Amino acid sequence: MSAFSAIGEEAEIDREEFTPGIEPQATWCPGCGDFGVLKALKQAAPEVGLTPDEILLVTGIGCSGKLNSYFDSYGYHSIHGRALPVARASKLANPGLTVLAAGGDGDGYGIGGNHFMHTARENHDMVYIVFNNEIFGLTKGQTSPTSPKGHKSKTQPQGSAKDPVRPLSLGLTSGASYIARTAAVNPRQAGEILAEAIEHDGFAHIDFLTQCPTWNKDAKQYVPYVDVQDSDDYDFDVHDRREAAEMMQETEDVLNEGTVLTGRFYVEEDRPSYQQEKIDQGQMPEEPLAERYFDDDAEWERTADELIARHR
Amino acid sequence: MTDTELIWRLAGGSGDGMDSTGQAFEKALMRMGLSVFSHRHYPSRIRGGHTYFEVRAGPEKVRSRGDGYNFLLALGDSFARNPQEDQPAYYGEEEVKPLSENLDDLREGGVIVYDEGMLDDEDIADIELDERAEENDWHVYPIDLRTIAREHGREIMRNTAGVGATAALIGMDTEPVEQLMEGRMSDEILEDNLTVLEEAYDQVAEMDHTHDLEVPEGSHEADQVLVSGSQAVAYGALDAGCRFIAGYPMTPWTDVFTIMSQNLPAFGGIAEQVEDEIAAASLAIGASHAGAKAMSGSSGGGFALMSEPLGLAEMTETPIVLVEAMRAGPSTGMPTKPEQGDLEHVLYTSQGDSNRVVFAPGTVEECYEQARDAFHVAYDYQIPVTLVIDQKLSGEITNVDEALFDREPDPSLGSVLTEAEVAEASHHESGVFDRYQYDPENDDGVSPRSIPGQQDGRFLATGNEHTPQGHIEEDPDNRVFQMDRRMRKLESIREELADFRNPHDSFYGPDDAEYGIMTWGSQQGTVEEAVDRLNDGGHSVKALSVSDLMPYPKEEVTDLLESVEECLVVEMNASAQFRGLTQKELGRFGEKLSSLLKYNGNPFEPAEIVEGFEIQVNGGGEAPSAQTRIEPATGD
Ligand SMILES: Cc1ncc(C[n+]2csc(CCOP(=O)(O)OP(=O)(O)O)c2C)c(N)n1
Ligand code: SF4
Ligand SMILES: [Mg+2]
Repeated sequence: MSAFSAIGEEAEIDREEFTPGIEPQATWCPGCGDFGVLKALKQAAPEVGLTPDEILLVTGIGCSGKLNSYFDSYGYHSIHGRALPVARASKLANPGLTVLAAGGDGDGYGIGGNHFMHTARENHDMVYIVFNNEIFGLTKGQTSPTSPKGHKSKTQPQGSAKDPVRPLSLGLTSGASYIARTAAVNPRQAGEILAEAIEHDGFAHIDFLTQCPTWNKDAKQYVPYVDVQDSDDYDFDVHDRREAAEMMQETEDVLNEGTVLTGRFYVEEDRPSYQQEKIDQGQMPEEPLAERYFDDDAEWERTADELIARHR
Repeated sequence: MTDTELIWRLAGGSGDGMDSTGQAFEKALMRMGLSVFSHRHYPSRIRGGHTYFEVRAGPEKVRSRGDGYNFLLALGDSFARNPQEDQPAYYGEEEVKPLSENLDDLREGGVIVYDEGMLDDEDIADIELDERAEENDWHVYPIDLRTIAREHGREIMRNTAGVGATAALIGMDTEPVEQLMEGRMSDEILEDNLTVLEEAYDQVAEMDHTHDLEVPEGSHEADQVLVSGSQAVAYGALDAGCRFIAGYPMTPWTDVFTIMSQNLPAFGGIAEQVEDEIAAASLAIGASHAGAKAMSGSSGGGFALMSEPLGLAEMTETPIVLVEAMRAGPSTGMPTKPEQGDLEHVLYTSQGDSNRVVFAPGTVEECYEQARDAFHVAYDYQIPVTLVIDQKLSGEITNVDEALFDREPDPSLGSVLTEAEVAEASHHESGVFDRYQYDPENDDGVSPRSIPGQQDGRFLATGNEHTPQGHIEEDPDNRVFQMDRRMRKLESIREELADFRNPHDSFYGPDDAEYGIMTWGSQQGTVEEAVDRLNDGGHSVKALSVSDLMPYPKEEVTDLLESVEECLVVEMNASAQFRGLTQKELGRFGEKLSSLLKYNGNPFEPAEIVEGFEIQVNGGGEAPSAQTRIEPATGD
């Protein structure tokens, strides 16, 4: 019998059950794109049959990091840039959990960029939502890794001389097995993509365009958006790495020229997740490690029996 | 010469396979009934450079590497040669260094065996070996180990030939050495090694011997095993139920990380080598949060990267165990040299008031015990625990009672609720579990946790200040309640530590001694040996070796300091960090505390402590002859 009965329990629940009683109303600025992520998540979770106690939502620091204050599940609000290493270890310790990680563009592509690269390459079975508002929101509007070249802010008074990070391409070269971009202004698509990402068995990276009306953009700048799957102007195979790479390049090139391309950009279904690889190679127990600590009948190896003989 | 102990130094190039030869020889001595203790000296590079493995063996418990040594087996450095014969060596004239660089520490009357096959007469003349041997009454045996190895096996078996020569010179039975070879080699390699051993033994046994050093005799009362500090830490963690490690290589921490990584899969656990130390510590946190006993660790620089996750573990009350294997700093410092310079770093790194536990085991046995205790304390009190060791302790290998390991494993997650208990536990009206309660009746400060996946156990863990449900909150009352509760855990731990089965802080020497010596961590054995010598020499001294650095053992140290006239604090750093901690914790005794410091990259030898103590009790006027420094008491 599992020590974690919330896991895998089939339940029809209403999205409102994910609204926390303690602070039901999120305190992001009016018009903030972060509301769109919350809404999409509340749509996706019940759709894929999840209940609050089987989700662990790990966030970084930023306006985006407050996501788990407004979403009722197990939450871990970590430190700036470190959501991914916390999240992926929780998944390894208990693969039964649905692990979601989220944070800002500064959090994920800047200070936590190294973790992004490695978590993607390892293909941990989890979802990573990057709230991409092209700005440091919480710290009041400094230039971020995704701010366009020339972006002016208090800390870049003459305008940024840097080209922005290419989030989708970065996800692809790093090794993410599901890569999508959606936008807060497109809640339906966002909900669907999130549901797909949760069901995807591997590292699912969602670059989520979230306008920050306070410091950066108003929502109009992400409208109109184009869904590359629905548009006749774009024809590429999302399962083909090279075609995906080209589509991503184009998407990143045109974003700051006012063309907002969204949708699924890369989907690799056959690649085993990291924990599956580890289990297959005998590097990880088949039963979730966390279960063992609650099993009173578990046998625990002792160094006295296994290792000491070689020291005699 | 009448040494009753053997201190055998095997010197060669690093990369010449000296570890395995040295350890096998050490184990053979242990099997013969001797107490053994080894010390490893490395240069910070992969191949070549001056390096040695030193074993001290005697009938009584060996507590330290001792002073100097009495038997040198110099193999020459096979990597110092440039394969192009007409070109100079890659890095200077190093072939002869295993011989020349070790002479300063060789005791009067000591024995030297060098590989005649590697060094020619010119080399020997250059270093004036004959003159120095005459002066110091050394007994020199040039033996062509290389040829013996080549003729009866392969050139790399020079080490085996050297062991055979050693055995012949000190009257040691080669059988334990042979048995060990049979255990770790097979077929042709084994046959060849056995032949090389025998040939070398026979050749050397026939030579004229001018020395009288012999292998001592001894016997053990209980079964012994040969274990290093790093192994003891790792085994303690495994027996404490640790089944998750994340790390990034850094000397000397790599040892513990490697041992854990090699064994965890077979123990049903998970080992992760990750992108950096920030990730490593964060993974330990994530695994622990999801219900596993988890650890990470590093050495100074990597531990610095763990500062922020360490604070997160304090604030979210996520239990983790970290190992800090110190090496000489600042910055990259001297990567393969021991130092105790990271004490303040380990105690205070990360923002805000420290809320952590720090143990510094002093011996290999304590490494095992305190690794177990670290997990126990971390998981019971939901607090990060750091074990501080250093390159000396991690690499030292000694015999310990096999019974030390014959204990029940401890897989308890500590103050964790089962799902049934969660159902009964207090919840907020919104349904969120009250994870961080501050009931003032709860005097140990611990609020039991739920684990993700448990029905109705959900809460928010956050590095921000938070309410009982984990909700972010800056209300002053809530802040003070939560801070006070978290800090109260340290007081509860202090009380529990005082009752431990194996006290972490060890007194040594006569109770009524006039003077005291205090130390912490890895210098314990060396200090204890110095105390014996001082008392034999007519002084009246006792020692206290401290492992509990946070919470600090105020009572024990106060008892010691009240009972002595003066106390010398011995530590391997330049700024007297432990003495500073003692004065900060106790707020007095400044006039009684002087320091003996060493930071040249080598651990203390007992004679250096004896010398420092004698200078200090005589008023502290003289400068030590050793590379140590005396720092007088305040107001002196
Ligand atoms: C180590 C560290 N450095 C800096 C900060 C300050 N800080 C908090 S959030 C943030 C950037 C926020 O930008 P982003 O990650 O894009 O999140 P957003 O607020 O836009 O959602 C910074 C610099 C911090 N908390 N920790
Ligand atoms: S500052 Fe920007 S990102 Fe932050 S809550 Fe306000 S609108 Fe949203
Ligand atoms: Mg941002």
